Amino acid sequence: MITVMRHELNMQDRSFSTYLFGFFLLETVGIAAMIYNINNKMANFEYCLSTITLVFVLIIPIITMKSIAEERKLRTDQLLYSLPLSMWDIVLGKFFATLINFMLPLSFVAVYPLLFKRYGNVFLRTSYGSLIAFVFLGGALIAVGMFVSSLTENQGIAAGISAVLIALNYYSMDLANYTSSTKQGSLIAVLIFSLVVGFIVRQLTKSTAGGILIFVILAGTAGIVYAIKSVLFEGLVPGIMSRISLFQRFYTFVNGDFDVTAIVYYISVTALFLFLCVQSLEKRRYS
Amino acid sequence: MVEVSHLTKKYGDFTAVSDLSFTIEDGLIYGFLGPNGAGKSTTMNIMTGCLSATEGEVIIEGHDIFEEAKEAKKCIGYLPEIPPLYPDLTPVEYLEFVARAKGVPANELDEQIENVMEETGITVYANRLIKNLSKGYKQRVGIAQAIIGRPSLIILDEPTVGLDPKQIIEIRNLIKSLGRKHTVVLSSHILSEVQAICDRVMIISRGKLVAFDAPENLESLMLGEAAIEVKANCGKDVIEPVIQKMDFVTEYDLSEDEGVCTAIVRIGENDRQKMQAEMFRIFGENAVPVFQMTPVKASLEDVFIELTHGSSEPDPEPEDEEVPQEDAEE
Repeated sequence: MITVMRHELNMQDRSFSTYLFGFFLLETVGIAAMIYNINNKMANFEYCLSTITLVFVLIIPIITMKSIAEERKLRTDQLLYSLPLSMWDIVLGKFFATLINFMLPLSFVAVYPLLFKRYGNVFLRTSYGSLIAFVFLGGALIAVGMFVSSLTENQGIAAGISAVLIALNYYSMDLANYTSSTKQGSLIAVLIFSLVVGFIVRQLTKSTAGGILIFVILAGTAGIVYAIKSVLFEGLVPGIMSRISLFQRFYTFVNGDFDVTAIVYYISVTALFLFLCVQSLEKRRYS
Repeated sequence: MVEVSHLTKKYGDFTAVSDLSFTIEDGLIYGFLGPNGAGKSTTMNIMTGCLSATEGEVIIEGHDIFEEAKEAKKCIGYLPEIPPLYPDLTPVEYLEFVARAKGVPANELDEQIENVMEETGITVYANRLIKNLSKGYKQRVGIAQAIIGRPSLIILDEPTVGLDPKQIIEIRNLIKSLGRKHTVVLSSHILSEVQAICDRVMIISRGKLVAFDAPENLESLMLGEAAIEVKANCGKDVIEPVIQKMDFVTEYDLSEDEGVCTAIVRIGENDRQKMQAEMFRIFGENAVPVFQMTPVKASLEDVFIELTHGSSEPDPEPEDEEVPQEDAEE
């Protein structure tokens, strides 16, 4: 893993997109800090971080789009497959290299609260608590971006899909308000979801029977649950949508509460998408 | 040693490799020959762990490539058809990554990289970005990547494709020199190449192994019995009675063109060298003005065409089942 990480860092250091990423991150944090902390004389650095979370929609695709798509395009994935490395070595090596390149610009940002402290009363624990949560949030989004990058060999498509996914997640709280909260509406949504999962399984395994089986199991379970205790479906979809939001949990930190469950959630999402990324790489060998 | 047994790879309904079994002994250069789409690259990809097999197993130095992937992969250096290079790295950086990944100890790293670069002749371009190298040199970097870490088995997928004639000769010489230290398996659809460098030839057609032998044996296999071509500065009528006197000749065929008579003489199962000397003596005694005597050999090309005959036609039943695979058990 260390070998891959070192190699990946070396590669990313030569890539323009890494610098573009760092530039955007530092620039937006800088502008937000200037507006909130300097011009408006607010003592809360964490507000500045919460304002710029939307920038992830732009910068995460920049730093993750190449990750695996590029290997496939250059055919260097064959080298990685033939070397005595496990898929986890490769995926974790790449993930931590990207995470380091995400944290490097943040190490500059980490000085800001100390700087502001000289001119006023900054509550450092909330500031740094939010900064730590910001890193975990970024890590989870990097994992999502890497997974998307492993699905295609076209960087542009990878970037586009990641941006859409992150944007959907960012706005999922707002979108939750527009979805139906009735039990019938939720049931329909669950059925559609089952259909989509069945279709994805069919595409991945090339087995129509498998896809139908998954759909029947999911839809059947939903139907049975609905028949027995339909009240469970009340407000189900908006509830799920607001729970999957990675960004919503970040605001808890900004409000001064170091929420350990949110950190666990971020780590779980990271692990899940890295696992999917490994599966996606493994799947290529079984094509 | 590599043992491939009952290897099958299916893509949906299409069978790319079908029940392939062979053994690769240490210290020889093996040529994997077959028309395009015969399953050469698929087999090599499976042998190196880049691809899974539908059935069968590959044992490399006692390690199963699917079960003990790490151990097995440590014994292999692989150059795929398209060299897997990072254009933004220099050969030194690239080789350092591969060497580390192969588990070369840190104190041997520099020495090994230096040796490998010297062996493949890329030392002059050690610090130039790979994207700025010529195709031949990129191929060399690819080979350097395969041999670093001193793996016992080197697998090269069409190593000379797309190179100019001078580069082809250089790469061939390089492969020959590799054969002294490693077991090499290379694939090609160029017959002369395999003939020139390989100790053993495996011919594969439609995913099946149709022949596995030394190139010379394959050639004689085709010819059935030895033949000699004789050219003389005289007419048919002069040479024919002399040939008839030779009791070891089983069959002959004469032709004449502008005062030069050509005879193709078959000598059955007799030792060719001895019979050729004997023939020379008899022609001399009878004052036949012979100016050229050449043993007739079937080229590997003939073997290839014969064995892979009709492989482009959609014939479900290949007719190559009966071809001997003598060396498979060697």
